[in-house]
Amino acid sequence: MRAIERWVEVPLQTFLSESAARVTLLMTSSGQVVAQHGFTRSLDVMSAAALGAGILASTAELSRVMGTRPLDAVVHQGSAVGVYLAGFDTPRGRWLGLVVFGPETSLGLVQMFFARLVGDLERATPAEEPPRQVLAEDFEDELNASLRTLFGR
Amino acid sequence: MSLDLALGDITRIPGVHGALVVSREDGLVVADALMEGVDGAAVAALAASLAGRMRGVTAVLGQPEPVLLMLGGTEGILLLAPGQSGLLLVAVAGAEVNLAELRLSVLAAAGTTF
Repeated sequence: MRAIERWVEVPLQTFLSESAARVTLLMTSSGQVVAQHGFTRSLDVMSAAALGAGILASTAELSRVMGTRPLDAVVHQGSAVGVYLAGFDTPRGRWLGLVVFGPETSLGLVQMFFARLVGDLERATPAEEPPRQVLAEDFEDELNASLRTLFGR
Repeated sequence: MSLDLALGDITRIPGVHGALVVSREDGLVVADALMEGVDGAAVAALAASLAGRMRGVTAVLGQPEPVLLMLGGTEGILLLAPGQSGLLLVAVAGAEVNLAELRLSVLAAAGTTF
């Protein structure tokens, strides 16, 4: 499990051990990865984050067209694995979670423990730091540091 | 017998806090009759997980699947009756419930509903 924000680690580790999820990705609603577990290649994480954010954006637009409340979660149930994709509000803005799970657990357990993860993240969120100015010379270093954190390279 | 009638037969027993029909495979609620304060989604998820694990245990032992599971706590009881159609009947009750009556009611409801 790898997380850019250290305070995410404990809630996410608890979720992983309780839900028995195979793969989990936490990201902002724009697709920026916050933490991941189970991915080994950076390309896979970036693709999954972009696709997950796109799916939830599509469902949000669909619900707007239908005049209903926004749809918070999407489930793709396959014969071998299932995918649970949900949006949730945090003190740091709207985040998305993408969870891949197998037959060793169930959608009900994943939903239940994901709801707990959302609550744990809310409680663990530290006070907002004042925004820093991003300098061009720092940008590449910070980007590389984030990628190293997420993928161990 | 409809699911609502089956659940009603169980919840009218004094001390019962609720009853649910749960999908065994995904642990989701199919139908429920619950008192306020009972988290049906959590009960369904955990009950389906428990039933799945017990099915694994009996399979390892070379025994047929149990027809009734009981999880007793200091403050209450959970009764599970796995059905043949991928559903699970679950009853949540306090420790003061008449267990014999609840057991018969759950078995009867599971037998006539699933």
